[in-house]
Amino acid sequence: MRYCKDFIVVENETITSTLFILKLQYPETLPEIKAGQFVEILVEGNKDVFLRRPISIHDVDIEKNQISLLIQIVGKGTDQLSNLKIGDTVNLIFPLGNGFTIVGNRVLLIGGGCGAAPLLYLARVLKQRQIKSDILIGCKDVNHLFSKKEYESLSNLHIATEDGSCGLKGLVTSHKILEEDFDAIYCCGPTPMMKAISKHAKEKNIPCYVSLEHKMACGFGVCLCCVVDTNLGNKRTCVTGPIFLSSELKDF
Amino acid sequence: MNNADKRLEVTIKDMVLRNPVMTASGTFGYGYDFEDFMSLESLGGIVVKATTGGNREGNAYPRMAETSSGMLNAVGLQNKGVDYFCNTLYNKIKDINTNMIVNVSGSSVEEYVEVAEKINELKNIPGIELNISCPNVKQGGMAFGTDPKMAAEVVKAVRKVYNKTLIVKLSPNVTSIVEIAKSAEGEGADSLSLINTLLGMAVDTEKRKPLLSTVTGGLSGPAIKPVALRCVWQVAKQTKLPLIGIGGIMNARDAIEFILVGATAIEVGTANFINPAISQEIVYGISQYLDRHNIKNIADIRGII
Repeated sequence: MRYCKDFIVVENETITSTLFILKLQYPETLPEIKAGQFVEILVEGNKDVFLRRPISIHDVDIEKNQISLLIQIVGKGTDQLSNLKIGDTVNLIFPLGNGFTIVGNRVLLIGGGCGAAPLLYLARVLKQRQIKSDILIGCKDVNHLFSKKEYESLSNLHIATEDGSCGLKGLVTSHKILEEDFDAIYCCGPTPMMKAISKHAKEKNIPCYVSLEHKMACGFGVCLCCVVDTNLGNKRTCVTGPIFLSSELKDF
Repeated sequence: MNNADKRLEVTIKDMVLRNPVMTASGTFGYGYDFEDFMSLESLGGIVVKATTGGNREGNAYPRMAETSSGMLNAVGLQNKGVDYFCNTLYNKIKDINTNMIVNVSGSSVEEYVEVAEKINELKNIPGIELNISCPNVKQGGMAFGTDPKMAAEVVKAVRKVYNKTLIVKLSPNVTSIVEIAKSAEGEGADSLSLINTLLGMAVDTEKRKPLLSTVTGGLSGPAIKPVALRCVWQVAKQTKLPLIGIGGIMNARDAIEFILVGATAIEVGTANFINPAISQEIVYGISQYLDRHNIKNIADIRGII
Protein backbone atom coordinates (compact mmCIF):
# COMPACT_ATOMS: atom_id res chain seq x y z
CA MET A 1 0.00 0.00 0.00
CA ARG A 2 1.25 3.44 -0.94
CA TYR A 3 -0.03 6.70 0.51
CA CYS A 4 -0.23 10.31 -0.62
CA LYS A 5 -0.33 12.31 2.62
CA ASP A 6 0.84 15.45 4.40
CA PHE A 7 3.67 15.44 6.93
CA ILE A 8 4.71 18.27 9.27
CA VAL A 9 8.31 19.48 9.35
CA VAL A 10 9.67 19.08 12.89
CA GLU A 11 13.34 19.73 12.11
CA ASN A 12 15.44 21.13 9.26
CA GLU A 13 19.07 20.50 10.14
CA THR A 14 21.80 22.08 8.04
CA ILE A 15 24.78 19.75 7.52
CA THR A 16 26.69 21.79 4.94
CA SER A 17 25.72 24.62 2.60
CA THR A 18 24.34 22.03 0.17
CA LEU A 19 23.21 19.25 2.50
CA PHE A 20 20.34 19.18 5.01
CA ILE A 21 18.19 16.70 6.90
CA LEU A 22 14.42 17.13 7.12
CA LYS A 23 12.68 15.37 9.97
CA LEU A 24 8.98 14.92 9.22
CA GLN A 25 6.11 14.02 11.51
CA TYR A 26 3.35 11.76 10.22
CA PRO A 27 0.03 12.55 11.90
CA GLU A 28 -1.05 8.90 11.86
CA THR A 29 0.69 5.60 12.52
CA LEU A 30 3.39 5.05 9.93
CA PRO A 31 2.92 2.01 7.70
CA GLU A 32 5.75 -0.50 7.40
CA ILE A 33 8.70 1.10 5.63
CA LYS A 34 11.61 -0.94 4.31
CA ALA A 35 15.17 0.31 4.35
CA GLY A 36 16.07 1.52 0.86
CA GLN A 37 12.61 2.76 -0.01
CA PHE A 38 12.00 6.37 -1.04
CA VAL A 39 9.38 9.10 -1.11
CA GLU A 40 8.18 11.50 -3.81
CA ILE A 41 8.02 14.93 -2.21
CA LEU A 42 5.87 17.74 -3.57
CA VAL A 43 7.78 20.99 -3.97
CA GLU A 44 5.61 24.04 -3.50
CA GLY A 45 6.36 27.71 -3.91
CA ASN A 46 8.56 27.66 -7.02
CA LYS A 47 6.75 27.92 -10.33
CA ASP A 48 9.72 26.46 -12.22
CA VAL A 49 9.44 23.19 -10.29
CA PHE A 50 6.73 21.05 -11.82
CA LEU A 51 7.37 17.46 -10.76
CA ARG A 52 7.84 15.89 -7.35
CA ARG A 53 11.37 14.99 -6.24
CA PRO A 54 12.30 11.39 -5.38
CA ILE A 55 14.23 11.29 -2.08
CA SER A 56 15.61 8.28 -0.17
CA ILE A 57 14.38 7.63 3.33
CA HIS A 58 17.34 8.31 5.62
CA ASP A 59 15.83 7.13 8.86
CA VAL A 60 12.53 6.07 10.41
CA ASP A 61 11.45 6.52 14.01
CA ILE A 62 8.60 4.06 14.41
CA GLU A 63 7.90 5.15 18.01
CA LYS A 64 7.45 8.80 17.09
CA ASN A 65 6.03 8.20 13.57
CA GLN A 66 8.76 10.33 12.07
CA ILE A 67 10.89 9.93 8.98
CA SER A 68 14.10 11.71 8.04
CA LEU A 69 15.18 12.71 4.56
CA LEU A 70 18.77 13.60 3.76
CA ILE A 71 18.70 16.03 0.85
CA GLN A 72 21.46 17.48 -1.29
CA ILE A 73 20.73 20.79 -2.99
CA VAL A 74 21.28 20.07 -6.68
CA GLY A 75 18.71 22.35 -8.32
CA LYS A 76 15.65 24.52 -7.89
CA GLY A 77 13.50 21.80 -6.34
CA THR A 78 15.88 20.73 -3.60
CA ASP A 79 16.85 24.37 -3.01
CA GLN A 80 13.19 25.20 -2.43
CA LEU A 81 12.88 22.29 0.00
CA SER A 82 15.86 23.57 2.00
CA ASN A 83 13.74 26.61 2.93
CA LEU A 84 11.14 24.53 4.76
CA LYS A 85 10.54 25.67 8.33
CA ILE A 86 9.38 23.84 11.44
CA GLY A 87 5.60 23.56 11.28
CA ASP A 88 5.41 23.64 7.47
CA THR A 89 3.40 20.94 5.73
CA VAL A 90 4.87 18.76 2.97
CA ASN A 91 3.02 16.22 0.86
CA LEU A 92 4.68 12.85 0.24
CA ILE A 93 3.85 9.78 -1.80
CA PHE A 94 5.35 6.91 0.16
CA PRO A 95 6.74 4.35 0.73
CA LEU A 96 8.01 3.71 -2.81
CA GLY A 97 10.36 1.17 -4.36
CA ASN A 98 11.43 -2.31 -3.35
CA GLY A 99 13.87 -1.67 -0.48
CA PHE A 100 16.92 -3.75 0.44
CA THR A 101 16.74 -7.52 0.59
CA ILE A 102 18.13 -8.48 3.99
CA VAL A 103 20.46 -11.50 3.83
CA GLY A 104 23.33 -13.14 5.75
CA ASN A 105 24.87 -12.90 9.20
CA ARG A 106 27.57 -10.35 8.57
CA VAL A 107 27.23 -7.61 5.97
CA LEU A 108 29.07 -4.51 4.78
CA LEU A 109 27.37 -1.19 4.06
CA ILE A 110 29.22 1.29 1.86
CA GLY A 111 28.04 4.83 1.27
CA GLY A 112 29.52 7.68 -0.69
CA GLY A 113 28.60 11.32 -0.05
CA CYS A 114 24.90 12.08 0.27
CA GLY A 115 24.27 8.79 -1.56
CA ALA A 116 24.78 7.12 1.81
CA ALA A 117 21.33 8.42 2.84
CA PRO A 118 19.42 5.10 2.95
CA LEU A 119 22.15 3.26 4.89
CA LEU A 120 21.31 4.68 8.30
CA TYR A 121 17.86 3.11 8.37
CA LEU A 122 19.33 -0.07 6.88
CA ALA A 123 21.87 -0.23 9.73
CA ARG A 124 18.98 0.23 12.18
CA VAL A 125 16.97 -2.62 10.64
CA LEU A 126 20.04 -4.89 10.59
CA LYS A 127 20.69 -4.25 14.27
CA GLN A 128 17.07 -5.04 15.11
CA ARG A 129 17.47 -8.33 13.29
CA GLN A 130 20.76 -8.97 15.07
CA ILE A 131 22.76 -9.06 11.85
CA LYS A 132 26.34 -7.91 12.37
CA SER A 133 27.25 -5.01 10.13
CA ASP A 134 30.20 -2.80 9.25
CA ILE A 135 29.56 0.52 7.61
CA LEU A 136 32.09 2.36 5.49
CA ILE A 137 31.32 5.98 4.71
CA GLY A 138 33.28 7.92 2.14
CA CYS A 139 32.99 11.69 1.89
CA LYS A 140 34.86 14.81 0.89
CA ASP A 141 35.94 15.88 4.39
CA VAL A 142 34.87 15.72 8.03
CA ASN A 143 32.36 18.55 7.48
CA HIS A 144 30.44 16.39 5.01
CA LEU A 145 30.07 13.54 7.47
CA PHE A 146 26.55 13.23 8.83
CA SER A 147 24.71 11.05 11.34
CA LYS A 148 28.06 9.80 12.73
CA LYS A 149 26.76 9.12 16.27
CA GLU A 150 23.79 7.18 14.94
CA TYR A 151 26.00 5.04 12.71
CA GLU A 152 28.32 4.32 15.64
CA SER A 153 25.45 3.17 17.81
CA LEU A 154 24.17 0.76 15.15
CA SER A 155 27.23 -0.58 13.37
CA ASN A 156 31.04 -0.63 13.24
CA LEU A 157 31.78 2.67 11.54
CA HIS A 158 34.73 3.13 9.17
CA ILE A 159 35.43 6.41 7.45
CA ALA A 160 37.36 7.51 4.39
CA THR A 161 37.73 11.20 3.50
CA GLU A 162 39.31 12.67 0.42
CA ASP A 163 41.44 15.09 2.47
CA GLY A 164 42.15 12.75 5.38
CA SER A 165 40.35 15.01 7.87
CA CYS A 166 38.65 11.93 9.30
CA GLY A 167 39.52 8.23 8.98
CA LEU A 168 41.45 6.93 6.00
CA LYS A 169 42.72 9.49 3.50
CA GLY A 170 41.43 8.29 0.16
CA LEU A 171 38.51 6.58 -1.48
CA VAL A 172 36.34 3.86 0.03
CA THR A 173 37.69 1.43 -2.57
CA SER A 174 41.11 1.51 -0.90
CA HIS A 175 39.80 0.80 2.61
CA LYS A 176 41.08 -2.43 4.15
CA ILE A 177 37.64 -3.44 5.48
CA LEU A 178 36.93 -4.54 1.91
CA GLU A 179 39.43 -7.37 2.35
CA GLU A 180 37.28 -9.03 5.00
CA ASP A 181 34.59 -11.59 4.27
CA PHE A 182 30.93 -10.60 4.19
CA ASP A 183 27.69 -12.33 3.19
CA ALA A 184 26.50 -9.27 1.28
CA ILE A 185 27.47 -5.71 0.41
CA TYR A 186 24.94 -2.86 0.31
CA CYS A 187 26.25 0.11 -1.62
CA CYS A 188 24.83 3.58 -2.32
CA GLY A 189 26.64 6.52 -3.76
CA PRO A 190 28.03 7.94 -6.98
CA THR A 191 27.77 5.52 -9.92
CA PRO A 192 31.56 5.13 -10.46
CA MET A 193 31.90 4.15 -6.79
CA MET A 194 29.05 1.65 -7.00
CA LYS A 195 30.57 0.17 -10.15
CA ALA A 196 33.98 -0.18 -8.49
CA ILE A 197 32.47 -1.81 -5.39
CA SER A 198 30.34 -4.12 -7.50
CA LYS A 199 33.45 -5.22 -9.42
CA HIS A 200 35.20 -5.94 -6.12
CA ALA A 201 32.16 -7.88 -4.86
CA LYS A 202 32.06 -9.93 -8.06
CA GLU A 203 35.73 -10.87 -7.63
CA LYS A 204 35.09 -11.96 -4.05
CA ASN A 205 31.85 -13.64 -5.06
CA ILE A 206 29.75 -11.57 -2.65
CA PRO A 207 26.23 -10.46 -3.64
CA CYS A 208 26.23 -6.68 -3.99
CA TYR A 209 23.06 -4.59 -3.74
CA VAL A 210 23.21 -1.11 -5.22
CA SER A 211 20.71 1.75 -4.98
CA LEU A 212 20.11 3.54 -8.28
CA GLU A 213 19.13 7.14 -8.73
CA HIS A 214 17.26 7.78 -11.97
CA LYS A 215 15.19 10.68 -13.21
CA MET A 216 11.53 9.84 -12.78
CA ALA A 217 8.27 11.69 -13.30
CA CYS A 218 5.91 9.71 -11.06
CA GLY A 219 7.87 7.35 -8.77
CA PHE A 220 5.12 4.72 -8.62
CA GLY A 221 5.49 2.83 -11.87
CA VAL A 222 3.34 4.50 -14.49
CA CYS A 223 5.42 7.04 -16.42
CA LEU A 224 8.06 4.53 -17.61
CA CYS A 225 10.72 7.25 -17.61
CA CYS A 226 13.18 5.78 -15.07
CA VAL A 227 14.04 2.56 -16.88
CA VAL A 228 17.33 0.76 -16.35
CA ASP A 229 18.80 -1.86 -18.65
CA THR A 230 18.85 -5.21 -16.85
CA ASN A 231 19.51 -8.82 -17.88
CA LEU A 232 15.72 -9.15 -18.20
CA GLY A 233 15.26 -6.02 -20.34
CA ASN A 234 14.17 -2.53 -19.31
CA LYS A 235 12.98 -2.36 -15.71
CA ARG A 236 11.51 0.59 -13.85
CA THR A 237 13.90 1.92 -11.19
CA CYS A 238 10.94 3.13 -9.12
CA VAL A 239 9.15 -0.20 -8.67
CA THR A 240 11.57 -3.02 -9.58
CA GLY A 241 14.29 -0.93 -7.86
CA PRO A 242 15.75 1.34 -6.71
CA ILE A 243 17.72 -1.52 -5.14
CA PHE A 244 19.17 -3.98 -7.65
CA LEU A 245 21.65 -6.81 -7.36
CA SER A 246 24.58 -5.40 -9.32
CA SER A 247 24.86 -8.67 -11.26
CA GLU A 248 21.38 -8.01 -12.72
CA LEU A 249 22.40 -4.69 -14.25
CA LYS A 250 23.77 -4.52 -17.80
CA ASP A 251 25.96 -1.51 -17.08
CA PHE A 252 27.61 -2.90 -13.97
CA MET B 1 -17.65 10.01 -3.93
CA ASN B 2 -20.31 11.68 -5.94
CA ASN B 3 -20.91 8.82 -8.36
CA ALA B 4 -24.60 9.55 -8.44
CA ASP B 5 -24.35 13.02 -9.95
CA LYS B 6 -26.43 12.40 -13.06
CA ARG B 7 -25.73 15.91 -14.32
CA LEU B 8 -22.23 14.78 -15.25
CA GLU B 9 -23.15 11.79 -17.42
CA VAL B 10 -21.97 12.02 -21.03
CA THR B 11 -22.12 9.72 -24.04
CA ILE B 12 -19.47 9.01 -26.63
CA LYS B 13 -21.04 6.89 -29.35
CA ASP B 14 -22.04 3.69 -27.52
CA MET B 15 -20.13 4.46 -24.36
CA VAL B 16 -21.92 5.99 -21.41
CA LEU B 17 -19.50 7.79 -19.11
CA ARG B 18 -20.73 8.53 -15.58
CA ASN B 19 -18.81 11.78 -15.85
CA PRO B 20 -16.55 13.44 -18.43
CA VAL B 21 -13.31 12.70 -16.58
CA MET B 22 -11.01 10.12 -18.12
CA THR B 23 -7.29 9.52 -17.70
CA ALA B 24 -4.79 9.78 -20.54
CA SER B 25 -2.81 6.89 -21.95
CA GLY B 26 0.73 6.59 -20.64
CA THR B 27 -0.02 8.51 -17.47
CA PHE B 28 -2.26 6.05 -15.66
CA GLY B 29 -0.63 2.65 -16.21
CA TYR B 30 -3.36 0.02 -16.44
CA GLY B 31 -5.58 1.72 -13.89
CA TYR B 32 -4.91 -0.59 -10.96
CA ASP B 33 -1.61 1.23 -10.32
CA PHE B 34 -3.77 4.02 -8.84
CA GLU B 35 -6.01 1.91 -6.61
CA ASP B 36 -4.01 2.85 -3.50
CA PHE B 37 -4.78 6.52 -4.05
CA MET B 38 -8.35 6.81 -5.33
CA SER B 39 -11.50 5.06 -6.45
CA LEU B 40 -11.20 4.00 -10.10
CA GLU B 41 -14.98 3.72 -10.26
CA SER B 42 -15.24 7.45 -9.72
CA LEU B 43 -13.97 8.03 -13.27
CA GLY B 44 -15.80 8.22 -16.57
CA GLY B 45 -13.11 6.16 -18.23
CA ILE B 46 -9.49 5.05 -18.18
CA VAL B 47 -7.29 4.91 -21.28
CA VAL B 48 -4.56 2.36 -20.63
CA LYS B 49 -0.98 2.44 -21.89
CA ALA B 50 -0.40 2.18 -25.66
CA THR B 51 -0.50 -1.35 -27.02
CA THR B 52 1.37 -2.38 -30.17
CA GLY B 53 1.56 -5.60 -32.18
CA GLY B 54 4.71 -6.95 -30.55
CA ASN B 55 6.88 -6.31 -27.51
CA ARG B 56 8.60 -2.91 -27.50
CA GLU B 57 11.43 -2.00 -25.15
CA GLY B 58 10.99 1.73 -25.81
CA ASN B 59 13.77 4.28 -26.03
CA ALA B 60 17.04 4.48 -24.09
CA TYR B 61 17.35 6.36 -20.80
CA PRO B 62 17.11 9.36 -20.23
CA ARG B 63 13.50 9.55 -21.34
CA MET B 64 12.30 12.50 -19.33
CA ALA B 65 13.16 16.15 -18.77
CA GLU B 66 11.31 18.61 -16.58
CA THR B 67 10.51 21.91 -18.29
CA SER B 68 8.75 25.12 -17.27
CA SER B 69 5.20 24.09 -16.33
CA GLY B 70 5.57 20.71 -17.94
CA MET B 71 7.77 17.83 -18.95
CA LEU B 72 9.17 16.16 -22.02
CA ASN B 73 9.00 12.41 -22.42
CA ALA B 74 10.49 10.02 -24.91
CA VAL B 75 9.25 6.70 -23.60
CA GLY B 76 8.64 5.31 -27.09
CA LEU B 77 5.57 3.09 -26.61
CA GLN B 78 7.21 0.59 -24.26
CA ASN B 79 4.74 -2.30 -23.83
CA LYS B 80 4.64 -6.08 -24.07
CA GLY B 81 2.44 -6.30 -27.14
CA VAL B 82 -1.20 -7.05 -27.84
CA ASP B 83 -1.08 -10.79 -27.09
CA TYR B 84 0.33 -10.15 -23.62
CA PHE B 85 -2.36 -7.53 -23.14
CA CYS B 86 -5.16 -9.92 -24.17
CA ASN B 87 -3.83 -12.92 -22.24
CA THR B 88 -2.55 -11.30 -19.06
CA LEU B 89 -3.32 -7.62 -18.55
CA TYR B 90 -6.92 -7.86 -19.68
CA ASN B 91 -7.71 -10.26 -16.84
CA LYS B 92 -6.35 -7.74 -14.35
CA ILE B 93 -8.46 -4.84 -15.65
CA LYS B 94 -11.64 -6.36 -17.05
CA ASP B 95 -13.58 -6.02 -13.81
CA ILE B 96 -12.69 -2.40 -13.15
CA ASN B 97 -16.07 -0.70 -13.13
CA THR B 98 -15.51 2.08 -15.63
CA ASN B 99 -14.92 2.38 -19.39
CA MET B 100 -11.55 0.71 -19.93
CA ILE B 101 -10.22 1.97 -23.25
CA VAL B 102 -7.11 0.67 -24.95
CA ASN B 103 -4.74 3.03 -26.74
CA VAL B 104 -3.75 1.27 -29.97
CA SER B 105 -0.52 2.07 -31.75
CA GLY B 106 1.69 0.71 -34.49
CA SER B 107 4.28 1.27 -37.16
CA SER B 108 2.15 0.20 -40.12
CA VAL B 109 -1.51 0.06 -41.10
CA GLU B 110 -1.31 -3.73 -40.74
CA GLU B 111 -0.04 -3.45 -37.17
CA TYR B 112 -2.84 -1.06 -36.15
CA VAL B 113 -5.37 -3.42 -37.73
CA GLU B 114 -3.92 -6.48 -36.01
CA VAL B 115 -4.08 -4.84 -32.59
CA ALA B 116 -7.57 -3.40 -33.11
CA GLU B 117 -8.89 -6.74 -34.35
CA LYS B 118 -7.62 -8.55 -31.25
CA ILE B 119 -8.90 -5.88 -28.84
CA ASN B 120 -12.29 -6.04 -30.60
CA GLU B 121 -12.71 -9.55 -29.18
CA LEU B 122 -12.38 -8.38 -25.57
CA LYS B 123 -15.85 -8.09 -24.10
CA ASN B 124 -15.09 -5.53 -21.39
CA ILE B 125 -13.20 -3.09 -23.58
CA PRO B 126 -15.89 -0.77 -24.97
CA GLY B 127 -13.57 1.33 -27.11
CA ILE B 128 -10.11 2.00 -28.45
CA GLU B 129 -8.16 5.18 -28.84
CA LEU B 130 -6.21 5.02 -32.08
CA ASN B 131 -2.85 6.64 -31.41
CA ILE B 132 -1.79 8.26 -34.68
CA SER B 133 0.11 10.93 -32.82
CA CYS B 134 3.00 9.50 -30.79
CA PRO B 135 6.07 11.67 -31.51
CA ASN B 136 8.54 9.23 -29.93
CA VAL B 137 8.84 6.37 -32.40
CA LYS B 138 10.89 6.35 -35.58
CA GLN B 139 8.30 4.67 -37.75
CA GLY B 140 4.58 5.17 -37.73
CA GLY B 141 2.98 6.91 -34.78
CA MET B 142 2.85 10.58 -35.57
CA ALA B 143 3.51 9.99 -39.30
CA PHE B 144 -0.08 8.77 -39.54
CA GLY B 145 -1.42 11.75 -37.67
CA THR B 146 0.32 14.48 -39.62
CA ASP B 147 -0.73 13.50 -43.15
CA PRO B 148 -4.48 13.60 -43.88
CA LYS B 149 -4.19 10.78 -46.46
CA MET B 150 -2.31 8.48 -44.11
CA ALA B 151 -4.71 9.31 -41.30
CA ALA B 152 -7.64 8.45 -43.54
CA GLU B 153 -6.00 5.21 -44.62
CA VAL B 154 -5.35 3.91 -41.10
CA VAL B 155 -8.74 4.98 -39.71
CA LYS B 156 -10.51 3.36 -42.66
CA ALA B 157 -8.61 0.08 -42.24
CA VAL B 158 -9.21 -0.07 -38.49
CA ARG B 159 -12.88 0.88 -38.87
CA LYS B 160 -13.37 -2.21 -41.06
CA VAL B 161 -12.28 -4.58 -38.29
CA TYR B 162 -13.36 -2.66 -35.21
CA ASN B 163 -17.06 -2.31 -34.43
CA LYS B 164 -17.09 -0.68 -31.00
CA THR B 165 -16.35 2.94 -30.13
CA LEU B 166 -13.40 4.19 -32.16
CA ILE B 167 -11.65 7.28 -30.82
CA VAL B 168 -8.81 8.78 -32.86
CA LYS B 169 -6.11 10.66 -30.93
CA LEU B 170 -4.80 13.65 -32.85
CA SER B 171 -1.39 15.29 -32.95
CA PRO B 172 -0.97 19.04 -32.53
CA ASN B 173 2.22 18.89 -34.62
CA VAL B 174 0.41 19.85 -37.82
CA THR B 175 -0.39 22.98 -39.79
CA SER B 176 -4.13 22.29 -39.71
CA ILE B 177 -5.53 19.96 -37.09
CA VAL B 178 -8.99 20.47 -38.57
CA GLU B 179 -7.88 18.82 -41.80
CA ILE B 180 -6.72 15.66 -39.98
CA ALA B 181 -9.87 15.70 -37.84
CA LYS B 182 -12.05 15.77 -40.95
CA SER B 183 -10.07 12.91 -42.50
CA ALA B 184 -10.70 10.77 -39.44
CA GLU B 185 -14.37 11.77 -39.29
CA GLY B 186 -14.77 10.97 -42.98
CA GLU B 187 -13.50 7.42 -42.48
CA GLY B 188 -15.82 6.57 -39.63
CA ALA B 189 -14.14 7.65 -36.39
CA ASP B 190 -16.71 7.90 -33.58
CA SER B 191 -14.81 10.45 -31.53
CA LEU B 192 -11.58 12.44 -31.53
CA SER B 193 -9.26 12.94 -28.59
CA LEU B 194 -6.86 15.85 -28.71
CA ILE B 195 -4.12 16.72 -28.23
CA ASN B 196 -1.21 14.32 -27.93
CA THR B 197 2.13 15.83 -26.87
CA LEU B 198 3.85 18.67 -28.69
CA LEU B 199 7.22 17.84 -30.20
CA GLY B 200 9.92 19.60 -28.23
CA MET B 201 13.46 19.37 -26.87
CA ALA B 202 15.60 20.43 -23.93
CA VAL B 203 19.34 21.04 -23.65
CA ASP B 204 21.87 20.56 -20.82
CA THR B 205 24.20 23.56 -21.08
CA GLU B 206 26.82 22.08 -18.73
CA LYS B 207 27.18 18.86 -20.72
CA ARG B 208 26.28 20.66 -23.97
CA LYS B 209 24.01 17.81 -24.91
CA PRO B 210 20.28 17.16 -25.32
CA LEU B 211 18.55 16.05 -22.12
CA LEU B 212 16.71 13.22 -23.89
CA SER B 213 18.40 10.19 -25.45
CA THR B 214 16.23 10.71 -28.53
CA VAL B 215 17.02 14.47 -28.69
CA THR B 216 13.34 15.34 -29.20
CA GLY B 217 10.36 14.27 -27.14
CA GLY B 218 6.75 15.02 -26.37
CA LEU B 219 5.87 18.06 -24.25
CA SER B 220 2.98 17.73 -21.82
CA GLY B 221 1.64 19.56 -18.78
CA PRO B 222 0.08 22.99 -18.24
CA ALA B 223 2.57 24.51 -20.70
CA ILE B 224 0.54 23.03 -23.58
CA LYS B 225 -2.96 23.80 -22.32
CA PRO B 226 -3.49 26.98 -24.40
CA VAL B 227 -2.51 25.07 -27.56
CA ALA B 228 -4.80 22.19 -26.64
CA LEU B 229 -7.74 24.50 -25.96
CA ARG B 230 -7.25 26.21 -29.31
CA CYS B 231 -7.15 22.83 -31.10
CA VAL B 232 -10.33 21.59 -29.42
CA TRP B 233 -12.10 24.87 -30.14
CA GLN B 234 -11.10 24.78 -33.84
CA VAL B 235 -12.07 21.13 -34.32
CA ALA B 236 -15.35 21.56 -32.42
CA LYS B 237 -16.40 24.22 -34.90
CA GLN B 238 -15.62 22.06 -37.92
CA THR B 239 -16.70 18.49 -37.04
CA LYS B 240 -19.77 16.87 -35.53
CA LEU B 241 -17.93 14.24 -33.52
CA PRO B 242 -17.83 14.19 -29.72
CA LEU B 243 -14.41 15.44 -28.64
CA ILE B 244 -12.20 14.46 -25.73
CA GLY B 245 -9.99 17.35 -24.62
CA ILE B 246 -6.46 16.60 -23.41
CA GLY B 247 -3.54 18.84 -22.54
CA GLY B 248 -2.31 20.19 -19.22
CA ILE B 249 -5.48 19.67 -17.20
CA MET B 250 -4.45 20.11 -13.56
CA ASN B 251 -7.79 20.89 -11.89
CA ALA B 252 -11.55 21.12 -12.40
CA ARG B 253 -11.33 24.65 -13.74
CA ASP B 254 -9.01 23.49 -16.54
CA ALA B 255 -11.45 20.67 -17.34
CA ILE B 256 -14.38 23.10 -17.54
CA GLU B 257 -12.39 25.27 -19.97
CA PHE B 258 -12.17 22.32 -22.38
CA ILE B 259 -15.89 21.63 -22.04
CA LEU B 260 -16.70 25.29 -22.71
CA VAL B 261 -14.76 25.17 -25.99
CA GLY B 262 -16.54 22.03 -27.12
CA ALA B 263 -15.17 18.90 -25.44
CA THR B 264 -17.66 16.22 -24.37
CA ALA B 265 -15.11 14.60 -22.09
CA ILE B 266 -11.55 15.27 -20.98
CA GLU B 267 -8.46 13.21 -20.19
CA VAL B 268 -6.19 14.03 -17.27
CA GLY B 269 -2.56 13.22 -18.09
CA THR B 270 0.65 14.50 -16.58
CA ALA B 271 -1.20 15.78 -13.47
CA ASN B 272 -1.58 12.13 -12.39
CA PHE B 273 2.18 12.02 -11.72
CA ILE B 274 2.02 14.93 -9.32
CA ASN B 275 -1.23 14.15 -7.55
CA PRO B 276 -2.29 10.54 -8.09
CA ALA B 277 -5.81 11.32 -6.83
CA ILE B 278 -6.30 14.38 -9.04
CA SER B 279 -8.70 12.77 -11.55
CA GLN B 280 -11.16 11.90 -8.79
CA GLU B 281 -10.78 15.38 -7.31
CA ILE B 282 -11.58 16.88 -10.72
CA VAL B 283 -14.86 14.93 -10.88
CA TYR B 284 -15.83 16.41 -7.53
CA GLY B 285 -14.71 19.87 -8.62
CA ILE B 286 -16.89 19.77 -11.74
CA SER B 287 -19.92 18.87 -9.59
CA GLN B 288 -19.16 21.83 -7.35
CA TYR B 289 -18.88 24.10 -10.37
CA LEU B 290 -22.32 23.01 -11.59
CA ASP B 291 -23.71 23.61 -8.10
CA ARG B 292 -22.14 27.03 -7.87
CA HIS B 293 -23.54 28.13 -11.24
CA ASN B 294 -26.83 26.29 -10.90
CA ILE B 295 -26.24 24.30 -14.10
CA LYS B 296 -28.63 21.39 -14.63
CA ASN B 297 -26.48 19.34 -16.98
CA ILE B 298 -22.89 19.49 -18.13
CA ALA B 299 -24.16 19.52 -21.73
CA ASP B 300 -25.65 22.97 -21.10
CA ILE B 301 -22.20 24.56 -21.10
CA ARG B 302 -20.58 22.37 -23.75
CA GLY B 303 -19.17 24.32 -26.68
CA ILE B 304 -20.77 27.62 -25.75
CA ILE B 305 -17.59 29.47 -26.68
